[in-house]
Amino acid sequence: MAVIELKDIVKTYQMGDSIVHALDHVTVDIGVGEFTSIVGPSGSGKSTMMNIIGCLDRPTSGQYFLDGKEIGGYDDDELAKTRNQKIGFVFQNFNLLPRLSALLNVALPLVYAGVPEPERLKRAQEILASVGLGDRVHHKPTEMSGGQRQRVAIARALINQPAIIMADEPTGNLDTKSSYEIMDIFRSLNDDGKTVVMVTHEPDIAEMTKRIIHMRDGKVVQDEWR
Amino acid sequence: MFAESVKMAIDGMITNKMRTFLTLLGIIIGVAAVIAMISLGMGVKAQIKENISSLGSNLLIISPGGRTSSGARLASGTGVRLTYDDAKAIEKNVNGIEYVAPSVSSSYQLVVGNQNWTANVEGTTPNVIDIRSFKIEEGRMFTDKDLDSRARVAVIGQTIVDNLFPDGDPVGKIVRINKAPFKVVGILGVKGQSANGQDQDDVVYIPLTTAQQRMMGITYLNRITVQAQNEDVINEAQADIETLLRNRHKVKDGGDDDFTVRNLAALMDTMMETANTITLLLGNIAAISLLVGGIGIMNIMLVSVTERTREIGIRKALGATYNNILLQFLIEAMVIGVVGGILGTVLGVGASYALSYFSGWKTVVSVVAIFVAVIFSIGIGLFFGIYPARKAALLDPIDALRYE
Repeated sequence: MAVIELKDIVKTYQMGDSIVHALDHVTVDIGVGEFTSIVGPSGSGKSTMMNIIGCLDRPTSGQYFLDGKEIGGYDDDELAKTRNQKIGFVFQNFNLLPRLSALLNVALPLVYAGVPEPERLKRAQEILASVGLGDRVHHKPTEMSGGQRQRVAIARALINQPAIIMADEPTGNLDTKSSYEIMDIFRSLNDDGKTVVMVTHEPDIAEMTKRIIHMRDGKVVQDEWR
Repeated sequence: MFAESVKMAIDGMITNKMRTFLTLLGIIIGVAAVIAMISLGMGVKAQIKENISSLGSNLLIISPGGRTSSGARLASGTGVRLTYDDAKAIEKNVNGIEYVAPSVSSSYQLVVGNQNWTANVEGTTPNVIDIRSFKIEEGRMFTDKDLDSRARVAVIGQTIVDNLFPDGDPVGKIVRINKAPFKVVGILGVKGQSANGQDQDDVVYIPLTTAQQRMMGITYLNRITVQAQNEDVINEAQADIETLLRNRHKVKDGGDDDFTVRNLAALMDTMMETANTITLLLGNIAAISLLVGGIGIMNIMLVSVTERTREIGIRKALGATYNNILLQFLIEAMVIGVVGGILGTVLGVGASYALSYFSGWKTVVSVVAIFVAVIFSIGIGLFFGIYPARKAALLDPIDALRYE
């Protein structure tokens, strides 16, 4: 069963006088439990695809079914709610709030989900423990290494039990050792049945996933199952 | 969500201490200025009211001589005279009147033993103490019997006592007024200075008839003071008195009055109106500083939104809706308004008391003014917070996440 269904997705931008086709009639299905990476040179449209899959952006035309629901007609607040409940984001530069502790950063999506505070903190504590940071819950992101920060970000992505985990260059700011640690976490999450979609331009990182979608000039040029 | 936002707002304020303090200062000064200025205005009003009512309330003062249509005015007391009969006629014929006190006055030298003093001696009727709201401190007021018999009796104010009777206990003693001996029968209670700085205790009252016939040798009056029963009837009484006196003085229709009626209630109204205008003016000037404080809030909030664009992007990516972000920034602006309002109230009330303590100006701290100023400052926080908050809430999550 496909959790992500992109049907004939087109995304165009107005750049001055010319129209840029960031996505040019893309049709892709990603099933439940897949571990997929999207690769391609810059300007290939992989970030745009990421934004659309992540419900941060709407396609110009085409249909997008997330977990069986059409996203196209959603307004901003419905998209926000969808992001909150269905998608866990992991970013290249971590995107943690610097003033908040790891615990509060991880609990943040639950604030917007309307979960009461004691439960939020309890769940955040558990998730942090599961990524190996049980002893650093009260540290601020600035007091942590890159690998640790990314693990906090992964914990935050997981806390609301999303349908998919979207990772945008998750190892881009990490050294090799940390990169492999993070990839190990993704792999074990995938082993537990989580759907993981990752954008990367590093071939060795892409190699660790089970499916690689190659993009160029807004089109899917190769869909490689491994 | 609400408690969460308040906590975050206060957190953010503590992180940027200096900036928060300066923003708050704008609101604090604004609120304090509004409260202090309105207190000052209300103080002026209370002072005026006190001063005028110390003259006696609901008074009509009738003096001879009137305005002419050419604008030239005869000096008071010249031309046609007011008489005791005019006063009696007013008392008899005009409704809504409490007291009528005809009077004459002149300045005389007073002598007791080797002490002397010059004062205004007023010949009048006993009810003058009610009209002027005097109390008898010691002895008695002269009576109607004294009036009929043209008795040589006097009631004196405290200033006279101090100057002529340094040993005290003047009741029953003799004072020579313009060389004629008068028996002091009573002393008036202390009243202090009037609104225009006159010593209200520097008075000598003697019976009207004594003054007219034994001292001055005149039959007319310098003045008739009328006290109306209350504010509602005073204007009607004034009109009736004017009609009555025109008839008695045989002023032709269309001719000018040969007397002047001054209405102290109307005077009080006018001065109250002036005081209200002053209060409003001071309050408005202060309100401008509050407005400037509000613009300060807006400025800081805009900076804050720009500074935290990325944070907004993260929150939106994690599922914050338009309303979540709007609320967060609105609450921050309102927290500044509330805290500034409270601190400003403390400062404003303090400044009001300090002002009356050091400068001697009367101030009346008005609870309403405090309430309005605080509500206003919260409102200003809201009003000036809404634009930056909306700006934050409308940010596109993708752009916001990319913001460096």
